[in-house]
Amino acid sequence: MASKKWIAMLLAGGQGSRLGELTSDLAKPAVPFGGKYRIIDFTLSNCTHSGIDTVGILTQYRPHILNSYIGNGRPWDLDRNNGGVSMLPPYQGKDGGEWYKGTANAVYQNFHFIDHNDPEYVLVISGDHIYKMDYNKMLEDHMENDAHATIAVIEVPWAEANRFGIMNTNETDQIIQFDEKPQNPKSNLASMGVYIFNWNHLKQYLTEDEEDISSSNDFGKDIIPKMLKNEAKLQAYRFKDYWKDVGTIESLWEAHMDLLEEPSNFKLGDPNWQIYAGNANHPPQYISEDANVTQSLVNEGCLVFGNVDHSVLSYNVQVGSGSNVKNSVIMPNVKIGNNVIIEKAIIGSGTVIEDGAIISDTKKGLILIGENQQISSESALLQALY
Amino acid sequence: MRNVLGVINLVNERPILKELTHHRCLASLPFGGRYRMIDFTMSNFMNVSISKVAIFTKDKYRSLMDHLGSGKEWDLDHRSQGLFILPSIHPDEKIKGDLQQFYDHLEFFQRATADTVIIAPGHHICKIDFNDVLKKHESNKADITVLYKDYDGGAVKRPIYHQCSLDTDGAVRDINFFTAPKKGDHICLETYVIKKQLLIDLIKNCIEYDEYDFLKDIVKANLINLKVQGYQYTGYMPFIHSLETYHASNMEFLNPEILRHFFYDSWEVFTKIKHEAPAEFTNSSKVSNSLIANGCIIEGTVENSIIFRGVKVKKGAVVKNSIIMQKGDIEEGARIENVITDKQVIITKNQKITAINKPVVIKKEVVV
Repeated sequence: MASKKWIAMLLAGGQGSRLGELTSDLAKPAVPFGGKYRIIDFTLSNCTHSGIDTVGILTQYRPHILNSYIGNGRPWDLDRNNGGVSMLPPYQGKDGGEWYKGTANAVYQNFHFIDHNDPEYVLVISGDHIYKMDYNKMLEDHMENDAHATIAVIEVPWAEANRFGIMNTNETDQIIQFDEKPQNPKSNLASMGVYIFNWNHLKQYLTEDEEDISSSNDFGKDIIPKMLKNEAKLQAYRFKDYWKDVGTIESLWEAHMDLLEEPSNFKLGDPNWQIYAGNANHPPQYISEDANVTQSLVNEGCLVFGNVDHSVLSYNVQVGSGSNVKNSVIMPNVKIGNNVIIEKAIIGSGTVIEDGAIISDTKKGLILIGENQQISSESALLQALY
Repeated sequence: MRNVLGVINLVNERPILKELTHHRCLASLPFGGRYRMIDFTMSNFMNVSISKVAIFTKDKYRSLMDHLGSGKEWDLDHRSQGLFILPSIHPDEKIKGDLQQFYDHLEFFQRATADTVIIAPGHHICKIDFNDVLKKHESNKADITVLYKDYDGGAVKRPIYHQCSLDTDGAVRDINFFTAPKKGDHICLETYVIKKQLLIDLIKNCIEYDEYDFLKDIVKANLINLKVQGYQYTGYMPFIHSLETYHASNMEFLNPEILRHFFYDSWEVFTKIKHEAPAEFTNSSKVSNSLIANGCIIEGTVENSIIFRGVKVKKGAVVKNSIIMQKGDIEEGARIENVITDKQVIITKNQKITAINKPVVIKKEVVV
C-alpha cells in the first residue's frame, strides 16, 4: 500500500454520560443534531472537505447504531478503494486485549492500523464537537512551523476559561504550558481536541506513555504535558470560526439555538461546505393551512399542523393542531399530539407526546425527555427534570 | 432476490408538457416537491425486490442519467444485477418502435436469470403493488397481463390514451389506440407482465415481419392466440395529459390523505439523495398548506404551493398555488400565483406574475 500523507483518527468511544438519557442507547457522536445530522457528521464532513481519505473511527461505548450509520462511509465519500473508513473497536490480540483506557491508549492500541497506512502525519479529532474546519490549513501551519505537534485552539470568554484545557503560548503561538481547567487562567486559548502529530514522533510518546503505569493515557492530561516537558515543539493553531462542545444537555440545546440566530454565525446550508449525513429517505415536509412556523429549522418528513417557533424539528416529526412548540429541539420520529405545549425542551427520538400534555418548566429551566417515552397529559412536566 | 426483471419503457413517451420537457424526458420531470416522475415506478419495482432494471430511453436522457446515477438509492448497485440504461443504438434514425429497441438490446433479456418481465412507463404517479399483479398473473395462468385503470380524468385535448375492452372473465378482447376517453373507459396503463422467454420469442418474430410496436404487434396481435388478461388498478393515479393536470396532480399532494397514501402508508418512494440542510424559516415566514423540501430558505409567504429543494423565498415575496422547482429564487416583494417555475428560475424584485385559468411556465434558468 502506498504511504499516505496523513490519516485521521476519530475518537468516538465516549459514553457522553452528561447527555443523560440521550445516550442511554447510543454513543455520544451518534446523538442526532440539527434536524437531520448526527454529531459525528460534522467532523466526518470536515475530513471530506479537507481531502482526507482514510479515517479510523475508535468506538467503544454502544457502537451498534454508529456502526450501521457509518456503514461503508459513502455519504462522506469515504468508500475508497485505498483507505476509506474503518471502525476500530478494542480487540483481542495474541497477548489478550483490553478496553480503551484513555484517548491516547485508544490510538496506541491501533498502532498497527496506523503503521499499515504509513502516514507522515496523524490527525486526532473527536466526534463530539460542532464546527466546520479545513484541517488542511492547520496541516500547512504545522509543516511550516516544523512542529512536532499542532493543537487547534479557540478563544473562549475569560470567565469560562476555567472549564477548558487552556494553552499558554508565547508570541509566536508556540505552546509553553498546558493548564487543564485552571483556577486562574493565564490565557483564554482553549484546546479544541484537534491535534496533528508527526506519526514517528507520536509513536515514541505513545509507547513510553503505555509503559508509564501512573499515566491515565490521555492526550490532554499525559501526552501533551510529556511533550512539553521534553521541550518538543508544540504549536497552537488559532481557529476563529464557530466551535461548540456539545457534551452537556445545556450545550446541546444552546448549539441548536445558535443555528436559529439571525444572522447565524453557524449555517448548516452553506453550499461550499455541506454537512454530509447518512440520511434516509423522507418525503418533503407538509405545513398545513393552520400551521405557523417561524424562525425554525424543519427537516423532511415532518407534518406540521400546529405552531412552531424558534425550534428545530428533525425528520418525521409530527406536530398536531393547536400545539405550540417553542425554543425546543425535537429529535427524529417524535409524535406531538394536539393542543400540546412544549417550551424549552429537548425531546428524544421516537417519543410520543399525547394530546393536551404540557412540557414547560415554570422556572424557565431546560427540560429533557429521553427516547421512546410516552408522555400523557397527566404526566405534564412543569419542572426541569434532569 | 425476486425472479423478475423490471423494464421502464420511455420509447413511447408522448409530447405532452412540452414547456417542461424541452430539455428532459417526461420520466425525469420533477414532481411532488423532491421527486422525479420515474421515482414512483422505480420504487414500485423496489417494493417487489426487483434487482435488475433496464430503462429504454428515447431521447433527452442526460438529466435522467444524472438523477439515477448507479441506482444506489433504489438499491440497484449490485455486482451482476442493477440498473441498465439502454438508449437507441441508431441515434440518427427515427425510432421505428419500442420493439426495435428491445430487439437491439435483446442480450439484456437473454442474459438475465429472471423468468418474468414487468414493463411499465416512467411517468405514472401511483403505487401499484406488483406483488398482487404477479400473483394474479400466475393464478390466471396468463401469458400477458395488461394493467388498466378506469378513466376518471377530464377531457383530453389530444387523444393520447389507448383503451382496452374486456370480456366478462377479465380477458382483454380488444385494444383501441389513441382514443379520447370518457369516464369509466378502461385505459391501458402500458404496464404489462410477461414471461421472459415468450417476450424474447415474440420480439424476434415481430422484427422478422417488420413489426415494431409492443402494444400493437405483441399484445393486440395475439389476443386470440395467447391468454391476455386484464388487471384493474383501482388505486390513486392522476391522468396527467396537460399542464393543468400536471399542476393539479402536484397540488393533490397537499391533500393529507393522498400525502399519507404516497409517503407514510405501505412502501416508501425513493429518490436521489442530496445533502441539503433542513428548511429554514425566519421571523417573517408565513407558510400554509404547502410542501417544502430541504435546503429551502423561506422568509416570505407561501400558500398552497409545492416548493422543491434549495428554493429561496425572500422577505415580502408571495407564492400562491405555484410549483417552484429546484433552486428557484423568488426575490423581495415578488408575487406569483398559479405559476410553474422550472429549475433555477429567478423572479426578480417586485415582479408580479398572476396566471388565470391555465398555469404559466417559466422555463429553466430564466430570469424574469
